[in-house]
Amino acid sequence: MGEMEQMKKEAEALKTQIEAARKAACDTDMASAASGVAPAPRVQLKTRRTLKGHLAKIYAMHWSTDNKLMVSASQDGKLLIWDSHSGNKVNAVPLKSSWVMTCAYAPSGNLVASGGLDNMCTVYNLKTPVIKTVKELDAHTGYLSCARFLSDTEILTSSGDTTCALWDLETGKQKTVFLNHVGDCMCLALSPDMNSFVSGACDSLAKLWDIRDGQCKQTFQGHTSDINAISFYPSGNAIITGSDDCTCKMYDLRADQEVIGYQDAALNSGVTSLALSVSGRLVFAGYDDFNCNIWDSLKGEKVGVLSGHDNRVSCTGVPVDGMCVCTGSWDSFLKIWN
Amino acid sequence: MTINTLSQDGVQRQQMPCLTKMERMIISMQDPDMGIKLRNQRLLITVIPHAMTGIDIVEWLIKKFSISDEEALHIGQLFVKYGYIYPLKEPRNLILKADDSPYRFQTPYYWMSTRWPASELDYAIYLAKKNIRKQGELIEYEKECYNALHKRINHTWDFVVMQAREQLRASKQRRKADRIVLECQEQAYWLVTRPPPGTLDNIDYGPERRTMNTRVQLNAEFYKKEIEHNRISLARNRVKSSICLESYVKYCEQYQPHDPIMQGCLPSNPWITDDIMFWNMNSEAVAVPTKLRVECWSFSFMELLNDPMGRKEFLTYLEKEFSAENLCFWQACEDVRHGETSKIPEKVDEVYKQFLSPGASRWVNIDSKTMEKTLEGLKHPHRFVLDDAQMHIYFLMKKDSYPRYLKSELYKNLLARAIVPQETKKSVFPFMRRQRHSSPSPALATQTGEDDGKAKNSNSVKSNSGTASRL
Repeated sequence: MGEMEQMKKEAEALKTQIEAARKAACDTDMASAASGVAPAPRVQLKTRRTLKGHLAKIYAMHWSTDNKLMVSASQDGKLLIWDSHSGNKVNAVPLKSSWVMTCAYAPSGNLVASGGLDNMCTVYNLKTPVIKTVKELDAHTGYLSCARFLSDTEILTSSGDTTCALWDLETGKQKTVFLNHVGDCMCLALSPDMNSFVSGACDSLAKLWDIRDGQCKQTFQGHTSDINAISFYPSGNAIITGSDDCTCKMYDLRADQEVIGYQDAALNSGVTSLALSVSGRLVFAGYDDFNCNIWDSLKGEKVGVLSGHDNRVSCTGVPVDGMCVCTGSWDSFLKIWN
Repeated sequence: MTINTLSQDGVQRQQMPCLTKMERMIISMQDPDMGIKLRNQRLLITVIPHAMTGIDIVEWLIKKFSISDEEALHIGQLFVKYGYIYPLKEPRNLILKADDSPYRFQTPYYWMSTRWPASELDYAIYLAKKNIRKQGELIEYEKECYNALHKRINHTWDFVVMQAREQLRASKQRRKADRIVLECQEQAYWLVTRPPPGTLDNIDYGPERRTMNTRVQLNAEFYKKEIEHNRISLARNRVKSSICLESYVKYCEQYQPHDPIMQGCLPSNPWITDDIMFWNMNSEAVAVPTKLRVECWSFSFMELLNDPMGRKEFLTYLEKEFSAENLCFWQACEDVRHGETSKIPEKVDEVYKQFLSPGASRWVNIDSKTMEKTLEGLKHPHRFVLDDAQMHIYFLMKKDSYPRYLKSELYKNLLARAIVPQETKKSVFPFMRRQRHSSPSPALATQTGEDDGKAKNSNSVKSNSGTASRL
């Protein structure tokens, strides 16, 4: 046991040195860098659409790249594909297991995926005359918390078994398994250039992974509780995380450290989801207290609130063209705001 | 106070922190001086003390927080849903009515956060009491629960029935008003913590999570990896914060005109005006692109490549320069990287024939070292075998062709021809607002000519009745 204690000490010592190196690179803070920027206007968004159709808690939603279609997953055991502009339900996909926790839309628009407490990621083809199950990806030993398509042939998943995996949809097998987290993985986000992705977990860490070689390239600490939501800044140089510790943080990948935090003493509920506006200036964060707060990413101030849900905001999404924000909630409704 | 659960890994987790917020408000609502004025309420022939009407609640909320009645009603509803206030008339219907319907504050003894989790034994006793009083006439779902509990905790059933009888006897000795109040409180509590099937369960807080998952062993192997990982991390190059942060400021500034939520969009935001012209004008196959779109191509090489129209334009330019094979090669490599695994060998072979083999029809100019490495890799083709070559060509285009394209006549002409859409004025007439047409109706078209300074729709800053004030 003595040897292990020593190794533990060595790992800790290295961590301290890393912190020192990070401090050395930190020659200014966001407040100074953004001092010349005009504050964002008070953002007041109205509900433009309320999508009613689910009969139970909505756990996840994802926009299609065409900016109009979206998929939502609810514990009533259905995936609903909406034409959100008209409010019509285009498709309903019945799920084998109703304990769904995530859903994803492929960039091509041909496929959607879902997964949850069944530990599997199921992929469906929307373009066949009748929606068919294309593959059941079954190798995780814990619940599926998040899934994202890279293309029609590859999908990334994060799981409660602490691993993330890259799957080949042709063979249905895992191509790469990303191991490093010690707590359940709760979320993942793909980088704009698709060469890497980040994951957030219940060990309060966010990790950056190289998709090609399967290695964890960077680890970001600072949160004191589960990281429930994660997203890349549109330039691809930073990530934003949302946690059960009631704060959001922005980490810069090149400086390898936290650059600003988004918190407020009056907010005492965890962040469940987040999404960024097209310019990256606004961060829409959904909270456990049924609201979605809007943060100015450069100034670190709250500039607006979206309230109207009767229960936790479980998912948030901004479409590619940035025209609006969608919030999904445990009250079974999806709302579109702008 | 809120719910604390002890999860599998021994870590205390706070759940539903919204309850703390609600309780703060409920307490202030009951303040003897500043709270809601309570009075006696007549229920059939009994007088119930300390009651209030639905409209009292709504009005107090409006006054205290300076919010709209819509929002006050919404917040009031939440109190009823989560069991902090319960209705005296129609107790099974947990909604707040903004009229003279009577309501009461739930006693803290029966707050969700106080008695967590709701005990099965208590529920059994409650149902047993009801069963005795109603002589077996329980509601369907309650009957099912009762029977299920009877099976499950059969060994303590005598205790359950005894307790139920005892509690009923004790309540008979109370004043009628007190008895009714206690019954209402208890019923309200169980309606919230054991909701009837088909209604939303408000106390579910999601699947259980582990901070320290038992799958991961904290052994020597683990720490060895940690040390390695930390060593690499220590050695990495870190860019100074000032440079990084500067880039975000610049990025936000550059993209602000492209951010419809920050700055609106032309002709109009389809979600506000229900006019989809914006999407039509920016579709892939449009004849003349918008100015914003063409400007975006100058922000970065990736922006140009990500837009199919941009790629097409760039290809036309490269053809003039006799270097179109570069872009074609790049696209072919993307296809290999993101396409089907089974097709990789044949695709890679095609790429070799067309672009890499000596004397190929569209030979790309790669440095000898990269070429050597790639050709070696082609012997065992895999998804990333062309990565190095692709990267080389990508940077070649980015550093050389791309800047020249932006300075070219082709780009400049397109930018000059590109259109700035006319702003669609939102119709002023209220009855028009709800219509959804795929194109503006002729009636609307004539209205757009009308000038109303107030109808500024492209600015997305609008007043919102749903904005919450500080709770």
